[in-house]
Amino acid sequence: MAVRGRRQRVKGQGLSRTELGVVLIVPSLLLIALVSLYPFFRTLWNSLHSIRLNVPAAGQPFVGIKNYVTLFGTARFLNSLALTFLFAVSFVSLQLMVGLAIAQVLNMKFKLRALVRATILIPWAMALVITAILWQWMYNAVFGIINAMFVGIGILKAPIDFLGISGLSAYFSVMAVELWQNTPFMAIILLAGLQGIPSELYEAAKIDGAGRWVSLWRITVPQLKHAILVALLFRSIDAIRAFDLLFVMTQGGPGTATEIGSLYSYKLLFTFLDFGRGSASTMVMSVITIALAILYIKVISTKD
Amino acid sequence: MAAAMGFRYWMRKRVSPFNLVVLLFTLVFMAFFLFPFYWQLTTAVRTSENLTRIPPQFFPNPIDMHRFVNIFQKTTFPISIRNSLIIALFTTAICLSFSVLSSYAIARLNVPGSKAIMFIVLVISMLPGVSIIGPLYLVFKNAGIINTRLCLVIAYTAFFLPFAMWFLSSFFRTIPPDLEEAATIDGCTPLQALLKIIIPLSTPAVFTILMMIFINSWNEFLFAFTFTSSDQIRTYPVGLIMFRGLWNVPWGDLCAGSVVVATPIVLLVLVAQRYIIQGLTAGAMKG
Repeated sequence: MAVRGRRQRVKGQGLSRTELGVVLIVPSLLLIALVSLYPFFRTLWNSLHSIRLNVPAAGQPFVGIKNYVTLFGTARFLNSLALTFLFAVSFVSLQLMVGLAIAQVLNMKFKLRALVRATILIPWAMALVITAILWQWMYNAVFGIINAMFVGIGILKAPIDFLGISGLSAYFSVMAVELWQNTPFMAIILLAGLQGIPSELYEAAKIDGAGRWVSLWRITVPQLKHAILVALLFRSIDAIRAFDLLFVMTQGGPGTATEIGSLYSYKLLFTFLDFGRGSASTMVMSVITIALAILYIKVISTKD
Repeated sequence: MAAAMGFRYWMRKRVSPFNLVVLLFTLVFMAFFLFPFYWQLTTAVRTSENLTRIPPQFFPNPIDMHRFVNIFQKTTFPISIRNSLIIALFTTAICLSFSVLSSYAIARLNVPGSKAIMFIVLVISMLPGVSIIGPLYLVFKNAGIINTRLCLVIAYTAFFLPFAMWFLSSFFRTIPPDLEEAATIDGCTPLQALLKIIIPLSTPAVFTILMMIFINSWNEFLFAFTFTSSDQIRTYPVGLIMFRGLWNVPWGDLCAGSVVVATPIVLLVLVAQRYIIQGLTAGAMKG
């Protein structure tokens, strides 16, 4: 390809193509470096120092990995880490299963299919703050519609505070909201995967006498492996980074029953003003996210 | 109505137990996804007495629109909406310009190490927000732009750039290089080729990126919440949170405000679903 000539001068600009390329890409990289990369390394630096903003006289002495050691001996941090994993794994796998079922429906031909597909996109596009407020109102302990429904059909005798009565109740309540907000993404990704499966595979299986269930496990799931992997990785990264929904809806409560890593880190930083330990806590989460991100990018970059 | 028609259609054509299960499942998940919006809208138009009625009315009666007037006349919510709009539009425009230029460089201009750059930049974009928010706050504070719309535009532009660069550069690569070569022979500079050939051929991809950036910056909360402190600068997600008093939560106002800011997004999704789906599924397809 002549266009690719590395040394080739560009007419009238005095720059080689490579030089022009560098000129075009540098502003973007500088911006990303300033807004994301520098703060990240600064956080790493902070995590190795004792920085208590409410005790400025103490200075910012270097403490090595002491912040990390302290954190891993703190029950509340371990709880937040465990909850992050529990929420990510259980929510994402539930969304995957329901998403796959919805994708299967959307892959059938029926009237109003485009409308159904657009409808399920709407929850995905909602700001998490709106989602949180909306569901908080529906879960309201006195006037909430969900209480009214549950009492109406006899599941509950009297209204309860879904988000406050117990950790288990809060967990399932949040699970429903997560299902509502994020299943559409799963369904859309898996639908794209389903549409790429050649229909001859199903026809051949049918001739061989395979039922729907066998086809699902022998054809659909193996063929969807790539889409499932992409969706799982992306949603897991997102679940670990999640902040808005729980920050607005439960603030980590009741107690610390829904206090995932990002919430605990935020509180360490901005409520307890302990930038050393707060930074260490976010670094632990970052390491997990980076590992998943590398895997994710490898997966989306493979072409075969 | 539509459901009933669909149901009769199913009954007539192919009423197998399997199809019936599929139909039921579809109705259930549609109700699940749509009901919260119905409840949001009907809460917004309830009278104050009906808001605290037990059990709540399923169909609000009478309909009371005073909250929509209220939030526009008596609160700073309109300013928040305006801020969100300004920030989202500027972010979209700036991020799009940056990403078109850098994607072109990555896809076509032999930038050394472009693969590694893309990789690193994508990893950075997936870091948890809380892991950079503290130092970033100080960067903006030292630059004297904390609590301005500008700092949010800068932050959002940087956050959405990596995805935009990855998406656009992958798309640019699918355009046959011959077109550009021909243009070069005719005396086009690479920038002219980008403007006259690559961008016109990439309209759908550019539109997709536009949608994704706009929706994401319109909805962002964590940074807006941390970096802004005055009513004049706040975006709507923060504005909504500020509605909540210490003792009294005005659910009606919150729902009315949510309806106002959710409506444009709903319309956008309905109109541009094809482009949004392309943005969502990029990466899920085997290239």
